[in-house]
Amino acid sequence: MTSVAAYGRPELPATTPRPIRIGSEHELRSALGGLSGVDAVGLEARAAKLGTRSLKQDTKKAAIDLAITMVDLTTLEGADTAGKVHALCTKAMRPDASDLSVPPVAAVCVYPDLVQVAVRALGNSGVNIASVATAFPSGRASLAIKLADVHEAVAAGATEIDMVIDRGAFLSGNIGKVFDEIVAVKEACGAAHLKVILETGELVTYDNVRRASWIAMLAGADFIKTSTGKVGVNATIPVTLLMLEAVRDFALEMGNVVGVKAAGGIRTTKDALKYLVVVNETAGSRWLSPDYFRFGASSLLNDLLMQRTKQATGSYVRADRFSGD
Amino acid sequence: MSDHTPLSSLNSLQYAPAPESRAVVTLQSAYGHFINGDFTNPASSEQFATLNPATGEQLATVAQGSDADVDAAVAAARKAYEKVWSKLPGSERAKYLFRIARLIQERSRELAVLETLDNGKPIRETRDIDVPMAAAWFFYYAGWADKLDYAGFGPQPAALGVAGQVIPWNFPLLMAAWKIAPALAAGNTVVLKPAETTPLSALLLADIIRQAGVPDGVVNIVTGDGRTGAALVNHPGINKVAFTGSTEVGRIIQSAVAGSGKKLTLELGGKGANIVFADAPLDETIEGIIDGIFFNQGHVCCAGSRLLVQESIHDDVIERLLRRVEQLRVGDPLDKNTDVGAINSAAQLAKITELSDAGVLEGATRFTSSCALPSTGFFFAPTVFTGVEQTHRIAREEIFGPVLSVLTFRTPEEAVAKANNTTFGLAAGIWSEKGSRTLWMAERLRAGVIWANTYNKFDPTSPFGGVRESGFGREGGRHGLESYLNV
Repeated sequence: MTSVAAYGRPELPATTPRPIRIGSEHELRSALGGLSGVDAVGLEARAAKLGTRSLKQDTKKAAIDLAITMVDLTTLEGADTAGKVHALCTKAMRPDASDLSVPPVAAVCVYPDLVQVAVRALGNSGVNIASVATAFPSGRASLAIKLADVHEAVAAGATEIDMVIDRGAFLSGNIGKVFDEIVAVKEACGAAHLKVILETGELVTYDNVRRASWIAMLAGADFIKTSTGKVGVNATIPVTLLMLEAVRDFALEMGNVVGVKAAGGIRTTKDALKYLVVVNETAGSRWLSPDYFRFGASSLLNDLLMQRTKQATGSYVRADRFSGD
Repeated sequence: MSDHTPLSSLNSLQYAPAPESRAVVTLQSAYGHFINGDFTNPASSEQFATLNPATGEQLATVAQGSDADVDAAVAAARKAYEKVWSKLPGSERAKYLFRIARLIQERSRELAVLETLDNGKPIRETRDIDVPMAAAWFFYYAGWADKLDYAGFGPQPAALGVAGQVIPWNFPLLMAAWKIAPALAAGNTVVLKPAETTPLSALLLADIIRQAGVPDGVVNIVTGDGRTGAALVNHPGINKVAFTGSTEVGRIIQSAVAGSGKKLTLELGGKGANIVFADAPLDETIEGIIDGIFFNQGHVCCAGSRLLVQESIHDDVIERLLRRVEQLRVGDPLDKNTDVGAINSAAQLAKITELSDAGVLEGATRFTSSCALPSTGFFFAPTVFTGVEQTHRIAREEIFGPVLSVLTFRTPEEAVAKANNTTFGLAAGIWSEKGSRTLWMAERLRAGVIWANTYNKFDPTSPFGGVRESGFGREGGRHGLESYLNV
């Protein structure tokens, strides 16, 4: 048995990434075979308990600023236009024009055909350009079309690609197809970071979420992401906690640090801070960075700005004090 | 991008202090007993101090109950039983119980802060567990008060009379609720003695009972040490003794009560086995192990203080467990982010220290959280012993503190044999995704309470109690009524 002295630091040991070799569906199944089941009651109880943490004073201020830097400011509507995306980019670079101490967000997230607009608007601001691709949100298209979607977004200047997995394939047991598609998309991404959307609301069970997380990580995901924001159930704290356990375990086992993006339905500072507590106490401070944790959101940013002002001045300001986009 | 990341105060789990205000609690400097609907004059009794175990500060002095005080309380309870309480219909008794439950909810913050001050347990637990569950206990038994005919004990089951109740310091308010609610619902009146080190929440409950308009003498609370408890238990005027506490004292009480005709229930110590199979849901199991032993600083009679891990996953479980133990936030119990608070008394701290030292001497491997401990008060860092053998004292004796002993097993049969190899029999936990094996195990474990894929979960509808040296009788549920009825 291992000596006890080696155990016990909450932070992860520094490890060098091990090469991942999954050569067949059989190997993929054996890699997933060792995963432990998830007890839904216990997972939800843990999430609820972490929700009672109380962030005060400097911690709250720091957490609000950190949350702002983690936002992928998103617009994914059929009605999106160049004008809408331009406005969003302006907001992303300088969320509060009257307070320059507010940091920029992590990225804007748009459909592939609007990436060019974002590229022009963001220039060299450092704000990333994320684009959903692979027949978002349903993913119901051939691999060729999905890859073309990715190529187009990357060629237009997207630095991050948010793909969807084939939930139909996953639910019908064809996990090899899910894996292969992610590998192919990762290759098509080139230097762009790949976020793999599991669409947990359609996977339904926590056991499925854990398996899908590992499939995505083994296939080369830089991030695993909860949701498209387009189905009934989007990011929840228990699901995010579970995915953070997955990236923590993956880092311990393989040495690769994969990020997590919680997307859809996170609208308030109070919720965002709960997520940060879950990040902090599940994966650890390594993940308390926009490099490894993101919020896919739109209305969240203004609530963060409002609470930030409240922390600085002691009073609330009206919502119209902050720009709509 | 990362240049903007303000990590300073979020790094390494550092949360700014988030103390709950203690202004909501008004403490008297001295307290009397609550007898016949009123508090006695503190000046008329010998007084002793009750401390805040997190700081050592004196919170107040309370009265040392004399034989005469116990006499007066029992006489008041008898009179209330004969003249008032036994004559009220169940629906009227229910009315008072519902009122008490609602007042506990209304004054929940006051109760939570006071309990944390006097006991040392974290405000998160008093706020989220002790106080809401105490209210739930009154609500639940209020519902039974007018339905005793249908509780399965035959028509018109009779109350016993006056119940003498002695409760421990680990869940002071909750244990008072566990004792008082079913007793009153069944039609008894009570004299309750709270623990010497934690009398204040019971006295606040007395104030709530007065506020609820409960008839005088139905609930009497006499404070004091073991001498007061002995006077109550031995009093010829009571019909029922209910005791929660140590097995040593339980033995003395059982001898004292023998032949007296008093009905007796004992809820005593334990050395709960928390059994983890290789197919357990691992992350939730780790949380369950943590809750099993570090909930309430391990001051829990049903604590999962013996962890039995299937040998094939031992290293993985221990690695995850110790990483998690390092994360436990130990410190100021009033801070809303504290996970593990203060040990209740210097005496208990000495006992935990002595047994932990014995664990090292006997050859087990000790891991202790590197957390900083406050410089004042009584604190003990969360501790895990690996390589524990069945013969070690830390595998056999109840430590009643934040100390976990880890043993291994190879097969389900061996798990049952090791789990049952104890003189206690209060609680056990089984962690496995295989339901058939869980049920097979549950049939063979000698324990009053068995949890599957969870631990330390309580509910007023569920009976709780032990077998063997963990006592007898049940609290909670329909079974809990039987302890207070002549059936």
